[in-house]
Amino acid sequence: MKNIDIKSNMQTSKFNWLQYASPKIFYPLAGKLIPWCLAGAAILIAYGLYLGLFVAPTDFQQGEGYRIIFVHVPAAWFSMFLYLLMALYAGLGIVLNARLSYMMATAIAPTGAMFTLVALVTGSLWGKPMWGAWWVWDARLTSELILLFLYIGYFSLQAAIDDKSRADKASAVLALVGAINVPIIYFSVKWWNTLHQGASVSLMNAPAMAAVMLKGMLVMAIGFWLYSIAVILIRVRCEILERDSKAAMFRQD
Amino acid sequence: MVFLANQYALTAEHVVGVRGERLLFEKLNFKCSNGTVLYLQGANGTGKTTLLRTLCGLSKPYAGSISWCGENINSLAEEYYKHVLYIGHLPGIKEDLTALENLQFSMALSGTPFHLLQATEVLKMLGLARGLNLPTRMLSQGQKRRVALARLWLQDSPLWVLDEPFTALDVAATELLKKKIETFANAGGMVIMTTHQEVIIDAPNFIQLRLDS
Amino acid sequence: MYKELGTFSVLYCVLARDIRVALRRQSDVAAVFFFFIIAASLFPLGSGADPKLLKAMAPSVLWVTALLSCMLSLSRMYASDHADGTLEQIMLSNQPTVLIVLMKILAHWLLSGLPLVLVAPLIGVQFNLSGAELQTLALSLLMGTLALSLIGSIGAALTLGIRGTGVLIAILVLPLYIPVLVFGAGAVNAVSIGMSANGALSLLGAVLAMALVFSPLASAAALRIALE
Repeated sequence: MKNIDIKSNMQTSKFNWLQYASPKIFYPLAGKLIPWCLAGAAILIAYGLYLGLFVAPTDFQQGEGYRIIFVHVPAAWFSMFLYLLMALYAGLGIVLNARLSYMMATAIAPTGAMFTLVALVTGSLWGKPMWGAWWVWDARLTSELILLFLYIGYFSLQAAIDDKSRADKASAVLALVGAINVPIIYFSVKWWNTLHQGASVSLMNAPAMAAVMLKGMLVMAIGFWLYSIAVILIRVRCEILERDSKAAMFRQD
Repeated sequence: MVFLANQYALTAEHVVGVRGERLLFEKLNFKCSNGTVLYLQGANGTGKTTLLRTLCGLSKPYAGSISWCGENINSLAEEYYKHVLYIGHLPGIKEDLTALENLQFSMALSGTPFHLLQATEVLKMLGLARGLNLPTRMLSQGQKRRVALARLWLQDSPLWVLDEPFTALDVAATELLKKKIETFANAGGMVIMTTHQEVIIDAPNFIQLRLDS
Repeated sequence: MYKELGTFSVLYCVLARDIRVALRRQSDVAAVFFFFIIAASLFPLGSGADPKLLKAMAPSVLWVTALLSCMLSLSRMYASDHADGTLEQIMLSNQPTVLIVLMKILAHWLLSGLPLVLVAPLIGVQFNLSGAELQTLALSLLMGTLALSLIGSIGAALTLGIRGTGVLIAILVLPLYIPVLVFGAGAVNAVSIGMSANGALSLLGAVLAMALVFSPLASAAALRIALE
């Protein structure tokens, strides 16, 4: 049996702008980018933590506990952003029928789920001294929790389907449906929270935003972004190798 | 039969078939026109069913294109489906419904009006006189297949795509089906089929295509 | 040549067939219905029969139970059609798949959603709900269960032919059900605390409208992927 790289080869010959969609060209390019992204991420995250933990002033209301916000808020941003990005790649995959897009979507999911988990854990760590409980059904935290469920659904579906190409497409549809639902869920949870008058102290509105705090958060966010890019690229490279070795296995028999 | 009046053509160009991560066939080219019977051959696992499903539009070809009268079947979609009568590996028979109810549903999906008398007659001719009003779960494999095949007598689609139509049929039914395919092809119809039985179909244009060569 | 059947006759035929098949398998339909009644009756046994507590719990209990009942029957939605090959015929129909899928969803709702809407007020009485609350409960379930069938159809189509389908559907679909639950139970809660249910019901209507537009599209795409 022969390898099935026909399609990606055909694409490179027909449309030049799509050439980076060919795993063969993408693979070495990604390899070159990864060390730079990792180094940048390490520096920015270290600087952001320094700003957050040492430079930013102590909050008069919440004391030192609020400093966890420097991790929590960028993590929450990225958990949402990466879900939408994943859905975008999934949609691209369906429209262009490009394998690399599906691989990108698959590779983004674990990082997104990781940030969701970080946002949940930091949120609950912050909540203990503030609310006196590890978990409060605050609108933001609840939305994060549901987002985690959406990620879990995506992983479960992908794991349950043996045929790779079907798994790619089916989970892409799920990611798109989820992405349409994210704003609705977010809104419904906010609405639910006001109806039931949940926690009135929120992580976002408590401390007045000093300029240095905003700077710290942005630096952290860019650091997270570079980290995400690096990890996602590493994962896509693994995925390419894995799929190629499977195709090679068939070539031998 | 009205097919002689219309000219139809199904063209496959550089079609590549893949199942899972596995290449089944590549660069397949052929053209079917009125009166063609295309007989696909090949061992198990060579992609006969995949090709049939691709030809009737259930799956998209991995690469290459299939066109009906010059237009891509995947963009024609419903416009193409109404010309195709596909009887697949699974008979497409609901076990809780009777033979007549099953036929009515299958025919409705392809837009064909259902006439009780006509359908009863065809089922009787196929030897199902006693099972007309039984739930099809009470019928044997061969009888279920006959219920599915009854559509060939009741619908007039110019293209038949038949996956192993002779499976589970007895000698008489096999002969009946073979005759039907021949009449249909001679009237200008097109048939694409697979089968493990050795059959020679007497058609204006009988093409044999081996997938594993 | 005969005259082709119109879209409406074909769609009616699809709906009629699904209902006819279900009526020959009445036990399946009845099972969902009884699950709803039995599961809802378990809550007072778990929490004690304090009328105030029950009344406070009722909207969420009834809504969550209805949601679970709807979900239980989802795996059947396309599975038998997939197993006997009729799904292939559906995909190759000369009518748009989206419309046929919509009919199948409608049949599912008529058979598993609507019975719950009819029996829910009776169970609501057991939970000491007042007349206005019962009305809102029935109305919210009427819209909500249809939305549940619509959204659930996507999950059923995505998991077609996969091992361990039942639990997987739950994982995929439950997070997507949250807005329906929030607005549906919210409407009843609003009446309980003396507010108008209109806000919640309109939001529920909006979710239903969104589901009506997107879900048949997504389901049809998912079915196509499952059959490829």
